[in-house]
Amino acid sequence: MSPVVALRGASVAYDGQPAVEDVDLVVDRGEVVAVLGANGSGKSTVVRAVVGLLPLVTGSLELFGTPRAHFREWTRLGYVPQRAGATTGVPATVREVVATGRLARTGLRRSGPADRRAVQAAIEAVGLADRARDSVGTLSGGQQQRVLIARALTCEPDLLVLDEPTAGVDLVSQSALATTLDGLVRRGTTVVLVAHELGPLHHLITRALTMADGRVLHDGPPPALDHLHVHDPEHAHPVHEVRDTTSPAWGLR
Amino acid sequence: MNPLALEFMRLALLSAVLVGLVAPAVGVFLVQRRLALMGDGIGHVALTGVALGFLLGTAPVLTAVVVAAVGAVVLELVRQAGRTSGDVALALMFYGGIAGGVLLIGLAPGGTNANLLSYLFGSLTAVSPGDVVVISTLSVGVLLALGVFGRQLFAVCHDEEHARVMGLPVRALNLLLAVMAALTVTVAMRVVGLLLVSALMVVPVATAQQLVRGFRATVVVALCAGVLAAVSGVLGSYYVDTAPGALIVVLALALFGVAAAVGAVVRRRPRGASAAALPAGLAAR
Repeated sequence: MSPVVALRGASVAYDGQPAVEDVDLVVDRGEVVAVLGANGSGKSTVVRAVVGLLPLVTGSLELFGTPRAHFREWTRLGYVPQRAGATTGVPATVREVVATGRLARTGLRRSGPADRRAVQAAIEAVGLADRARDSVGTLSGGQQQRVLIARALTCEPDLLVLDEPTAGVDLVSQSALATTLDGLVRRGTTVVLVAHELGPLHHLITRALTMADGRVLHDGPPPALDHLHVHDPEHAHPVHEVRDTTSPAWGLR
Repeated sequence: MNPLALEFMRLALLSAVLVGLVAPAVGVFLVQRRLALMGDGIGHVALTGVALGFLLGTAPVLTAVVVAAVGAVVLELVRQAGRTSGDVALALMFYGGIAGGVLLIGLAPGGTNANLLSYLFGSLTAVSPGDVVVISTLSVGVLLALGVFGRQLFAVCHDEEHARVMGLPVRALNLLLAVMAALTVTVAMRVVGLLLVSALMVVPVATAQQLVRGFRATVVVALCAGVLAAVSGVLGSYYVDTAPGALIVVLALALFGVAAAVGAVVRRRPRGASAAALPAGLAAR
């Protein structure tokens, strides 16, 4: 069976400046892969290339065995971006934002009862059922992150890609995220996530890619908890730290 | 005398209702994308289109539609290319539109800036049955397009990158929105004038935001506020004999003031359940 993600020999550049070079990321079905590294190591660049937001300068990308250029099975791919796209000029409720994830399946047709059930199920999966009618802008950073996760779950994707889901997120939300991911992994969902620190997610990770200066330093079993920051001395903060005020999620209000 | 007994008033009211619906319906997406002034930019460019109509001897409304649509598409392409920030691109449109309009009207046979005035400030009472046909056709077209593509546009305006990962045709949807904004500006040009067009696209949306929490609710309240301001502005201008476009905008702003006051009072009431659900540190923020 072809791998879920097959990124081979990939280089990505911003304005001609290489951000990552010669990166391989091959993920098989059911794996939970963490991409670790310091700020600027290129870890987010790798997953943004995987979901097709950044073009490859060299190398190749296949999703579910299909070259990216021909990939059309959008419902199989769920993406949770790093920054919460939560506070746009017009407020939107949790349900409205989560429902946009379902558009990959509904297209231009009106959403039916099955679609509404899927949206409700996704909201419940992240533990926000009691906030479904509230404006996303009134939620905490961690809750906003969970809204974006619910949005990615509405199509029940086979591959879930999360860009820094724990950055600037309180421990309650980190634990909620771990519970949600645990359920998905049990159902066979493949997960690729970027993280600074794994925190409560650590036990879920089956493999870790550690990046530095745009290259893969290490690809193998996840590092032991006390070695997580070995390549990132500047960010050697304890995992119980609740607020990272430098993170964009907190600057959105 | 009953204003509805006069044909020009009936035409004016019909135009006002359509513009009151269409302008906020398109404007809500511009506000969502934080491009509230885009309608103004397109309005300025449409002035060049109007002057071009005088120069070529064709209907100014038609040339305004074409030039405004081209301007909006160019603005969108500049924004997508990411080389110029949105506000600078808008500023370029403002200057180019006005300068182009004044330049071209000077070249038109017998053209003076006075020809442009009715387009700058609206001339609702001079709306002809032919104008109403154009306004109705464009309005219905825009509303139908919103009915079909509204949810996709919401997704794109809310989170463009996520929409792209979902496989939505983001570029095409952005261009569709730009063209719809251009059509709306041209439709509203006869009613409130190019300088005030954007007010009807933005102020009702801002009014709705004072009162409701969701996007859909914002749209509904904004459409009601838009129609209310437009219709009462037209009727009011009949009785007090003033420029309808200006009165419509002043009434829309007054509605905003009322909504802001009501919203402030409502928000001051404690919403126990929601406040309690926030972690203590956040509730205090």
